[in-house]
Amino acid sequence: MEGFNDFWSTYSTLVFTVGVHAMLALSIWLTLSCGLLSLANAAFMGIGAYVSALLTLQLDGPFAAVLLAGGVAPALVALIIGAPVLRLSGVYLAMATLAFGEVVRITILNLEITGGPEGLNGIPLATEGWHIALLLALTVYGLARLRRSKVGRAFESIKEDEVAARLMGINVDRYKLLAFVLGAFIAGVAGALNAHFTFFISPREYGFENAVDILTMTVLGGTSSLFGPILGATILALLPEVLRFLHDFRALVNGAVLVLVVLFLPKGIWEPRRIRAWLKRNKGDRA
Amino acid sequence: MSANLLSIRQLSKHFGGLNVLHDVSFEVPAGSIYGLIGPNGAGKTTVFNLITGLLQPNSGSIDFQGESLIGVPSHRITHRGIARTFQNIRIFKEMDLLENVMVGLHDHLDYGGLALFFNTPAYRAAEEKARARALELLTWVGLDHKAELLAENLSYGDQRKLEFARALATEPKLLLLDEPVAGMNPSEKTILMEEIRNIRNRGYGVFMIEHDMRFVMGLCDRIAVLNFGRIIAEGSPDEIRNNPEVIEAYLGKEDAA
Amino acid sequence: MLEQQLLNALTLGSVYALFALGFTLVFGVLAVINLSHGAVFMVGSYAALALVTRFETPLWLAMIGAMLISGTLGLLIDVLILKPLRARNAPHLIPMIATIGVSIMLTTTAQGLFGAEALRFPDETLPAGEFVIGDVHVRALEIAIVAIAFILMAVLFTILKRSQLGRALRAIAESPKAAWLLGINVEGLFHVTSFVAAALGGIAGVLIGLDFNAITPGMGQPILHKGIAVIILGGMGDIRGALIGGLFLGFAEVLSKAYLSSQMGDAVAFGLLFLILMVRPSGLFGRKLERKA
Repeated sequence: MEGFNDFWSTYSTLVFTVGVHAMLALSIWLTLSCGLLSLANAAFMGIGAYVSALLTLQLDGPFAAVLLAGGVAPALVALIIGAPVLRLSGVYLAMATLAFGEVVRITILNLEITGGPEGLNGIPLATEGWHIALLLALTVYGLARLRRSKVGRAFESIKEDEVAARLMGINVDRYKLLAFVLGAFIAGVAGALNAHFTFFISPREYGFENAVDILTMTVLGGTSSLFGPILGATILALLPEVLRFLHDFRALVNGAVLVLVVLFLPKGIWEPRRIRAWLKRNKGDRA
Repeated sequence: MSANLLSIRQLSKHFGGLNVLHDVSFEVPAGSIYGLIGPNGAGKTTVFNLITGLLQPNSGSIDFQGESLIGVPSHRITHRGIARTFQNIRIFKEMDLLENVMVGLHDHLDYGGLALFFNTPAYRAAEEKARARALELLTWVGLDHKAELLAENLSYGDQRKLEFARALATEPKLLLLDEPVAGMNPSEKTILMEEIRNIRNRGYGVFMIEHDMRFVMGLCDRIAVLNFGRIIAEGSPDEIRNNPEVIEAYLGKEDAA
Repeated sequence: MLEQQLLNALTLGSVYALFALGFTLVFGVLAVINLSHGAVFMVGSYAALALVTRFETPLWLAMIGAMLISGTLGLLIDVLILKPLRARNAPHLIPMIATIGVSIMLTTTAQGLFGAEALRFPDETLPAGEFVIGDVHVRALEIAIVAIAFILMAVLFTILKRSQLGRALRAIAESPKAAWLLGINVEGLFHVTSFVAAALGGIAGVLIGLDFNAITPGMGQPILHKGIAVIILGGMGDIRGALIGGLFLGFAEVLSKAYLSSQMGDAVAFGLLFLILMVRPSGLFGRKLERKA
């Protein structure tokens, strides 16, 4: 028990971070599963963080309500900009979400209520391990259920061939919006959780670099299953700890990871098909 | 209420200066097999694209069961009962066969987010029923033993069959087939001919674009001929076969069946 | 006053246009959104600075050196990263993600080598001199910047419109397969385009570095975002669009900063970008993203 307490006091932040990052990676995974590359999820996280932090600081709301608001606020924003933005495809969509993310960041930077460039300080430490564990589990469960249903099949077909999907009777616009809004909700809740254990938030944490961070986690871990993003988030969070000397070079590692994964492991580390094939081959060798 | 399933009147489409379709008119009666033939580039696939809402016409009308399809989004057109296969096969390569066909059943799966999330018995029953129906359709085209294979691993002919099964899954009243037998061997073509007759006999309408003359002449009740965006003839296979304009424009360049 | 601001706008806008030109060239010919263009811009700036401070080359020579260095960098990126992805027929988003990775690597390396603080060109190396025309102070530096930018753009336009090379590039932009069938060395021209585009990005970096006299590892990022705004405004893959879009953004930004507020100036680029994407995604002169194989 002593050992565990020691471990926990040293590493609890790390574990919390992994949990929050896993949720963020899953939020991008969701939009990717529908064929959308959204670089706005860091901004949605930021909206969730700020809204929830302000609710706690100014109104002292109950934590559950604050978390919910942290998810609903960016979801509403996503709903509003979603309809026009999602008409764009591929690269145009990525650009539009990137631009939107910047607009959000600059707005937060310049509003008085958000504390401007200094951010918000003194956010109560309301997040506990079980909050993160529970919400992460719920996210994974919900996405898993989604995947197996007609919604998951609709997403997959939209990703592969939008035209064919339409001709199957799938309302492509509505499903894209669903993925986008739901992704924003998850990212927002993650942001709210994060704000309440890091104690301090600033606009710098929700910009383009962070969007790329999240994307890297998902791309690295693997986009074909739910486990991939979680794996990616864990690896990228643990890497600077395990390889201490790499701490300063975290960004460099991120960049290298993106390039190497894209070139050599296009579907990420956790690709069930490739792993299964590899296992089968090795079993055959031994037979 | 017209007995015609599909009614195309004075349909025109141009892209910039290029006139693709001009004043195209014909009627597809219910319960029939209708063919659209013509040389390459005549505009046949454009007709399909207009009917399914992928393109909008510049003028003219497209009526399905008495209601206009113009301006209706593609997924609603499918909802109303038109399904389509593609010239260059558009199956979902990264899904297995069963899932491909189940996508076709999308509209017929009626459950909401809550049922989905809580895995209710109603949800499970609906999914089970969909799986069974998908398997039934795969059996019908002879692909049930490959149900769990990834679609991209299928042979060309099998992919066509899959697309066919998937289109049927949407429970269409009218099936648009764009070159359904391209790349098939003679025995496969004979089988498909039978299958199309079967669906016609069950009450579905079939409207196909094809280049294989023997297939078209042997199967279709009526045929329209498109050349340079205009209909140059319309009638029974015999009438078409003996029409001098058609022969000159098209059949004359090919071996007659 | 207004004339002074207009001059600032012209200076800034012409560099934006130059940067956007390189960016749009890669998009038009290679059909890739090269998000490392901003980092290459930054490398050009540091390269010129290093040449001037460590090797004591005169500024004009350093500019050429910077162009060569960033051009080579662009070429390497194409050969090592974009080419294998082309061979694999990867969907559009993949090369874009890879170039994000490259950009990050370049930025952190630059920070490691030169530190995070803003560096400056030594005063002696800058063209001195100022003219006063009416109420407006025109620095010789600004004249040089605008002149260089426009000369380079004019050269580029001429090559594209009048030469065999230009025709070949336009053919590839239309359809690489058709161009290849015509006997055009498509792969070789991809390399050439990458080199030239990066060289243009590099010299744009030098010019901005001179204009603001501040060089930082992160300087590529905001300019990249603005470059994206420019080419979407002007139409992706369209050369005229890059020029007009760049000038337009320069004016919009400077005038917003002067008459609204400093922060608005930055937001203006994105606001415009967002608006235009909603209203007319193909931009003023644009073409569709998907092209024939």
